[in-house]
Amino acid sequence: MSEPLLQVRNLIIEFPTRKELLRAVDEISFDIKAGEILGVVGESGAGKSLTGAAIIGLLEPPGRIAGGEIIFDGQRIDNLEHADIQKLRGKRIAMIFQDPLTSLNPLYRVGEQLIETIQTHLPLNNTHARKRAIELLDEVGIPAPETRIDGYPHQFSGGMRQRVVIALALAAEPDLIIADEPTTALDVSVQAQIISLLKTLCRDRGTAVMLITHDMGVIAETADRVAVLYAGQIAEIGNTRDLIKSPKHPYTNGLMSSIPSMESVEDRLVQIPGSMPRLNAIPDGCSFHPRCSKAFTPCTKSRAPLIDVGDARAACWLYGAEVDNG
Amino acid sequence: MLAFMIRRVFQSVIVMFVVALISFLLFRFVGDPVNQMVGIETTPEQRDALRVQLGLNDPVLTQFWRFIMGAVQLDFGTSYQFKQSVAAMIGKRAPATLELSLISAVFATVVGIPMGVYTGLKRDSWLSKMFLTVSLVGISLPTFLIGILFIFVFAVQFQVLPSFGRGEVVDLGYWNTGLLTASGLKALILPSITLGLFQMTLIMRLVRSEMLEVMRTDYIKFARARGLTRRAVNFGHALKNTLVPVITITGLQLGSVIAFAIITETVFSWPGMGLLFLNSVQNVDIPIMAAYLMLIGFLFVTINLIVDLLYVAVDPRIRVTGVEL
Amino acid sequence: MSDASTNSNAKINDNEKGLVVRIIDSDMFYSFRQSKIVMAAAFVTLSYFLLALFAPLISPQNPFDLANLDLMDGLTPPAWEDEGQARFPLGTDDQGRDLLSAILYGSRLSLTVGFASVAFAAILGISLGLISGYVGGLVDTVIMRIADIQLTFPSILIALLIDGTVSALFPSSNREDTAFWVLVLAIGLSFWVQYARTVRSSVLVEKEREYVQAANLIGLNPVTIMLRHVLPNVLGPILVIITINLALAIITEATLSFLGVGIPVTQPSLGTLIRIGQDFLFSGEWWVTIFPGAALAILVLAVNLLGDWLRDALNPKLR
Repeated sequence: MSEPLLQVRNLIIEFPTRKELLRAVDEISFDIKAGEILGVVGESGAGKSLTGAAIIGLLEPPGRIAGGEIIFDGQRIDNLEHADIQKLRGKRIAMIFQDPLTSLNPLYRVGEQLIETIQTHLPLNNTHARKRAIELLDEVGIPAPETRIDGYPHQFSGGMRQRVVIALALAAEPDLIIADEPTTALDVSVQAQIISLLKTLCRDRGTAVMLITHDMGVIAETADRVAVLYAGQIAEIGNTRDLIKSPKHPYTNGLMSSIPSMESVEDRLVQIPGSMPRLNAIPDGCSFHPRCSKAFTPCTKSRAPLIDVGDARAACWLYGAEVDNG
Repeated sequence: MLAFMIRRVFQSVIVMFVVALISFLLFRFVGDPVNQMVGIETTPEQRDALRVQLGLNDPVLTQFWRFIMGAVQLDFGTSYQFKQSVAAMIGKRAPATLELSLISAVFATVVGIPMGVYTGLKRDSWLSKMFLTVSLVGISLPTFLIGILFIFVFAVQFQVLPSFGRGEVVDLGYWNTGLLTASGLKALILPSITLGLFQMTLIMRLVRSEMLEVMRTDYIKFARARGLTRRAVNFGHALKNTLVPVITITGLQLGSVIAFAIITETVFSWPGMGLLFLNSVQNVDIPIMAAYLMLIGFLFVTINLIVDLLYVAVDPRIRVTGVEL
Repeated sequence: MSDASTNSNAKINDNEKGLVVRIIDSDMFYSFRQSKIVMAAAFVTLSYFLLALFAPLISPQNPFDLANLDLMDGLTPPAWEDEGQARFPLGTDDQGRDLLSAILYGSRLSLTVGFASVAFAAILGISLGLISGYVGGLVDTVIMRIADIQLTFPSILIALLIDGTVSALFPSSNREDTAFWVLVLAIGLSFWVQYARTVRSSVLVEKEREYVQAANLIGLNPVTIMLRHVLPNVLGPILVIITINLALAIITEATLSFLGVGIPVTQPSLGTLIRIGQDFLFSGEWWVTIFPGAALAILVLAVNLLGDWLRDALNPKLR
C-alpha cells in the first residue's frame, strides 16, 4: 500500500457571485493514507468544509470545482457522473455532519434509516439488515439497541444522535470518513466521548478519517497528521506531534499559542491580531502577511509554495530564504 | 397524543360555537324576521302573535339555546323568500356542490403535487419555468374569468362541452348524483377544472417551496452522503417531509373549495348550495345565510380534525411523546 | 458561509455611499433589472395607475353619464370588425357604452376599491397586531382567536356575508352610493389577519429586547417605542403583503361585482362589465366580456408578478 488512499491535487473551488468570482479553496494538495487520521484545522471560512464536500461530490451549487484532481484509491473521482459518485458515497467514503440534531430525518425511525443505508450498500435481507443495524448501534454505544432501534430521532439526546450518525456512516464499512466538525454542536461533556468513539471505531476497522475541526485540542488527541488551512490555502501540513511541538508557519504558531496549556508558563493567551480576510479581499502575496509579525519583503510580493521543513511542509518564505541561502 | 386530539376536538367545538353565535346574531338581529315573513296588510296584532309564536320575545339566551338545538337537529327555520324548510332546500342542493368540490379537490391534488415535486427538484428546467409561469397566470385570473374563458372556448367556439347545469342526474334517495351518467360527467369537466385550478396552483407552489426548503436540510445532505439513491432521497425522504404542510393546506383548501364553489356555480349555473347562498345574500334571506354559514363552519371543522389525524399518522413527533435517553 | 461574509462586507461598503448609489447597487434593484418580466410588470402596473388617474381626461366618453349613451349604438363590434365604428375602438356593450372608456373608468374604480380596502385592512391589521402583541394576555388571545376563526373562512365568503349583512341593515339606502364603501369594508375586513399576525410576531420578538425594556424603565412611552422600533422591522413583509393583497382585493372586488353584490351596473367596474358581457357570449358579442376580462387579467397578473418578485427579493433565503 504505497499509494495513498486519497490524493487531493491542486484543488480549486470557486463561487461565482454577481460581482466577482470568489475562490474559496485555492490549490490545496494533500494525501490521506489508508487507516490514517488527518486533522484539517482552520477558522470558519478557511475552506475546510468545502474541501470535504468536494471530495464526496456534495458541493452545493453555485460552488464548483474549478481545477485540480481528487484521486481515491487510484481512481479520479472529481469528474465522475452522478451515478458513479453515488456508488462511492456511503460505501467507500462516508461523511458525518456537524449537527446531529438535524442530520437524521425526523419522520423515520432510527432503525429504518440504518436498514435503508445498509441495504443500499450490502445485499442483506430485512432480518439480517436489522440484525446488523442492532450490532452497529451496540458498537457505537447505544444502550439497549434492540429497543432503541425502533425509536425516532427526537427521542434521542444530541450525543446519542451523533452516535447514530456515526453508526450510519460506518454501516457499509467505508475506507474513508469525512467528519465535518462532528462535535461542535454537542455539549462539551459529550464531545470527548464522541471523538474517542470515532477514533476507536476507525482504528479497529482501519478506516481513514479526514477530521475537519477548528478545535486544536481535538486534533491533538486524535489526528496522526494535521493540515492547517488559512484563507483557502494550506499554511502547513505535518505530523501532529511535531506540528504542535514546533509549529513552522507563523499562523500555526499563533494558533498554538492561543490554546490554553497546562505546562504553559505564560500568563495570558496570545491572540493573532486581526482576522482572516474575506474571500473578496485576499491580499496579494502571502494571504497571512498583514497579520504576520515576521512578515518581510517577499511576503508582500508573492505566495510561498509548500516548502519542506524537516518532516513538515510550510508555505512560508521564512524557509524559502533558507533554501536560497543554502 | 390523546390529549392532543381532545384539545383539538375542544377547539373545534369552540369554533363551532362562535360560528353559531355569529349565525344566530345574523338570524336574530339583522332585519326583523317578522317583517320578512308577513305581508304589508298584516295587522300589528297578528305580528305580535307571530312574534310570540316564534319565541322572539323570549330572553336572548333562551333564543340562542333554541337556535343551537335546532341547528343540531338540522332545523334552520324557514326561508323568508321561498317559505320552505331551509334544511330541506340545502339538503337537496348539497350533493351538487359536494360532488363538484370533491372532484375539483381531487383534480387539484393529483395534478398539483406531482407538478410541485417536479418544479421543486428540477427548478431550472424549462418545463418547471413554464409550470411556474402558467401557475402565476392561474393565480392572477379570477375564477369566474377562467370559467367564462372555458365556456367561450369549449362551449361556444368548439361546442364540445356543456356550459351550464349538471346534465342528467340519478336520484339515489338522499343523494342525487351526476357521476353515473355520461352527460353528468361531461357537465362536471369544465366546472371542476375551473374550481380546482386555483387550488392546484396553490398546492403546486406550496409543494415546490417545501421541496426546495427540505432539499437544503442537513438530513437530506446526510441521506445523499450515505449513498442513498436519488430516488430514495427525493421521494423517500424529501417528499415525505413536505407532506405535513401540504396536508394542512390541502385540507384547509377543501373547505375553501366548497365556499369558492359559489363563484363557479354562478358561472356554470350549477344547481348547488353556493347559488342558493348567493341568492339569499342578494335577497337578504337570512335563515339560508345563517344555515350556510353553519354548514361551511361544520365542514371546515370536520376537515380540520381529519387533517390533524393525518398529521399524527405522518409525523412521529406528535404521535410519540419524547422520551429523552 | 462565504455568502454571508460577502453580504456583510457589501453592507459595510454601502454605508459609505449615497442613497441613490445604494439603491442601484442593492440586491433588490439588481434582481429587478435581471428580470425583464418584472420590469414589464412594473411598467404595466404604472401604466394602469396613470390611465386610471387620468381616465376622465383620456377616455373618449364618460360611460357613467347615461346622457351620453345611445341604445342605437348598443353591441357595436370592435373597430376592426365589419360592422365596427371608429368611434368605439373596442366596441360597445348593450347600453351603447364605449367599451374602451368603460374599461378605463372600470380600472379606475377597481384600483380605487383595491387601494382603499388594502389601506383599511393594513391599518386595522397593523393596529390590532401592535395591540395584541404589546398588551398580550386576554386581549391578545381574543384578537388572535378571532383571526384564527376568520382565517378558516375564505375571504370571498366573509366579504359576501358582510355585504349581505350591511344591505340587510340598511335596506333603504341608495345602493349606488353605498356600494363602494360596503365593498371596501367587506374586502378590508376579510384581509386584516395577515398584517396583524406579522406585526404581532415581530412585536413579541422586539418586546423582549433589552433596549425596549430599558426604554420602559426610563419611562419612555411604549407606543413610541413600538412605532419606532417594530414598524421598521416589519416594513418589508408588510410591503409584500400589501402588494399581493392589492391583487387579491382587485380580484375580490371583480368577483363580488360579477356575482352581482358589488358595484352596480350604472357605474360598472371591470367585474360588472364582465358580468354584463357573459350573457352575450353565446350570441356572438364576445367583446363585451373578453376585453374587460383581459384588462382585469393583465392588471392582476402585473401586480402579482411585482408581489412575487418583491417577496423573493426581500427574502434572501428563498433565492
